[in-house]
Amino acid sequence: MARTGHSSKSSDLIDDSLKQVYQEALEEQLPDRFTDLIAKLREKDNVTQKTDKDA
Amino acid sequence: MSAPDPKDEIIEHMQALRAFAISLTRNSATADDMVQDTVEKAWTNIDKFQAGTNMRAWLFTILRNTYYSSRRRAKREVADPEGSFTATLSEKPAHDGRLQMADFRTAFAQLPDEQREVLILVGASGFSYEEAADMCGIAIGTVKSRVNRGRARLAELMKLDENEPLELTDAHTIAVVANGNAAA
Repeated sequence: MARTGHSSKSSDLIDDSLKQVYQEALEEQLPDRFTDLIAKLREKDNVTQKTDKDA
Repeated sequence: MSAPDPKDEIIEHMQALRAFAISLTRNSATADDMVQDTVEKAWTNIDKFQAGTNMRAWLFTILRNTYYSSRRRAKREVADPEGSFTATLSEKPAHDGRLQMADFRTAFAQLPDEQREVLILVGASGFSYEEAADMCGIAIGTVKSRVNRGRARLAELMKLDENEPLELTDAHTIAVVANGNAAA
């Protein structure tokens, strides 16, 4: 079904707004808790690897 | 040369994962909890990730499953948790002459999670209908239908339907706002 000029314009506005909402969230800086989380996960991996080697 | 560690790839997608979580939950604190759960699950189950497939899609799938599980739990514990949230958003109608982001956000927050999810996946994150269908565990036709219904609802909430002009008269706007205030 062909879009009318008006509904097409509305659709474009919705598309642009959707992208903008997502883009704004994408540009937010990651909180420090995630740096800590990755460090903890890596540390856990290292401990597991060391235990496996020692066994 | 050794193969790249897929765990490093998880880190590369964390920003996008958080953007998806914020779009889905509309709440930064909840979104961060979802991202943390997702990263921990992905990290400890990295052996289940199939090399060569789309890591971002895999992570988004874990996040949405985590979100819906937690939502089901919350619904059992608290009656109508989203009703109060939606009520706080029923402010000035979204037709003060042009589409504004605040109006869009208000309308977007009122969509069911399932519609908001597919709109973000297909309309903003660049996933295909097929990828979105795989991630949500639904048929492609269902994704299309949710996208269409979501768009239609947004247009309706923002008074962008094709039978109504984009620019309403000031008098009309004032009357609607005045009626809303009188009803409050």
